Amino acid sequence: MMLDGVATLGRAALGTCRGAGRLVLFALAGLSHIVRPPFYFRAFFRAMLDIGYFSLPVVALTAVFTGMVLALQSSTGLSRFSADSAIASLVVLSVTRELGPVLAGLMVAGRVGAAMAAEIGTMRVTDQVDALSTLSTNPMKYLVAPRLLAGLIALPLLVVIADILGVLGGFIIATLKLGFNAATYLGNTLTFMQTQDVVSGLVKAAVFGLLISLMGCYHGYNSKGGAQGVGAATTAAVVAASVLILAFDYVLTELFFAR
Amino acid sequence: MTTVPKIRLRGVCKSFGDKLVLDGVDLDVMPGTSMVVIGGSGSGKSVLLKCILGLIEPDAGSIEIDGQNVLAMDRPAREAARARIGMLFQNGALFDSLPVWENVAFGLLAQRKIARAAAKAKAVEVLGQVGLAGSVGDLWPAELSGGMQKRVALARAIAATPEILFFDEPTTGLDPIMGAVIDGLIVDCVKRLGSTAIAITHDMLSARRIGDQAAMIHKGRIVWQSDAYGLMESGNPMVDQFTHGRREGPIQMELRK
Ligand SMILES: Nc1ncnc2c1ncn2[C@@H]1O[C@H](COP(=O)(O)OP(=O)(O)OP(=O)(O)O)[C@@H](O)[C@H]1O
Ligand SMILES: [Mg+2]
Repeated sequence: MMLDGVATLGRAALGTCRGAGRLVLFALAGLSHIVRPPFYFRAFFRAMLDIGYFSLPVVALTAVFTGMVLALQSSTGLSRFSADSAIASLVVLSVTRELGPVLAGLMVAGRVGAAMAAEIGTMRVTDQVDALSTLSTNPMKYLVAPRLLAGLIALPLLVVIADILGVLGGFIIATLKLGFNAATYLGNTLTFMQTQDVVSGLVKAAVFGLLISLMGCYHGYNSKGGAQGVGAATTAAVVAASVLILAFDYVLTELFFAR
Repeated sequence: MTTVPKIRLRGVCKSFGDKLVLDGVDLDVMPGTSMVVIGGSGSGKSVLLKCILGLIEPDAGSIEIDGQNVLAMDRPAREAARARIGMLFQNGALFDSLPVWENVAFGLLAQRKIARAAAKAKAVEVLGQVGLAGSVGDLWPAELSGGMQKRVALARAIAATPEILFFDEPTTGLDPIMGAVIDGLIVDCVKRLGSTAIAITHDMLSARRIGDQAAMIHKGRIVWQSDAYGLMESGNPMVDQFTHGRREGPIQMELRK
């Protein structure tokens, strides 16, 4: 009885290790194809459009509303202790360090990770991935590498915009609703905005972008068993990407800010 | 005869989990001939082609193309060997994110044989060879009927003029006339390119139209091989049962009661 339990646990642990190993190998193979020719520029630009451009509206809305809520919440919380500078600093700090990259990452994971897994998964179960191989094209190079690179580049760009719009959201509430002076608020924002905060946020974004693309590609690439398999791959890609984003957010925060 | 077979399989085995699909397949295909492979659903015909293409790694055995063991090659050599094979997949496997002409020219573009500007003209030319109008090139694969998709897939397979052609059920799901048209196109292409071909089919009429040689696969082995004219009167009870579609005979379909 005891031994059964241990064996089951052991099998599960082994399975997890095998899965993690496969994922790491997949990631290394995909990344190595980014730097080895031939390059597929069209596939890369399409991925940039999908990940970056078409995610703009949803990321922008998320950022604006988050900035607005932050300002509103902190105004009630901080009440009257020199509230104007406190709110400005709180908004710019939380948006650039945390909320910009994390929320953009989660939104893009839902949007793009799912679409990627579905597209590559469908290609897998309809033999299109095999067909690529028969037409002198390495599927890792054609399907995976451009998406990994696009994720790595597009997410920081999105987060720059999210940062600006998040601060703008806070600014709107602070000036229009809470009645702060616009110039003072902006001045405070600029005073409290630290290069390190912004840069750490952008590094996080790059890592999250890579994770999103990696999960979408990996689960799509390894999907099997028709429409149901593709559905499962899509779900797995989004869930895995979201969890990994939060986990890596912690790890990166440790690296950047803990002393 | 001392000619080296174009394709030579010896003892090719493959199982998925504990399910044995190929159990020691031996097969020779001579240069310039067309081999038709018949066999029940799930007997491993598609797996066999994918093994030769290197898309599935066999558990044991050897696969030689022009006397060279493909399984022993390093990756670049294998990719070069694969580039000499054109494959028509069972379900077409057209890239649905690309227009028809890019599908057809895909292999040529990938091999950098032609510039993108010239690719479309070339694609239209190849589409013409399979009896499709050039305007089809601007459509998307999803906008085509099943028969047109098969023809586009055929065009894609032959575009790079491969020395070896594989056809996985080229006429399944088509009406008899379209089936005959596709068979004719296949015979034309194989003759024009001088290619060696392996075709999988369930259609006996089609088998005799396409094939010079025929082989039957059952329970993971080649159980019969002869020339394709003898297919209907093979004298082999298993082949006879299959070609005449009889319920009783040596082959027992595994059906759950
Ligand atoms: N990737 C795979 N993983 C697991 N099992 C597989 C895989 N590919 C094929 N099989 C199994 O191998 C067997 C043979 O499949 P295959 O597709 O070669 O059949 P087939 O002879 O082409 O049949 P059909 O005439 O219906 O196309 C099937 O039982 C199938 O379940
Ligand atoms: Mg098949």
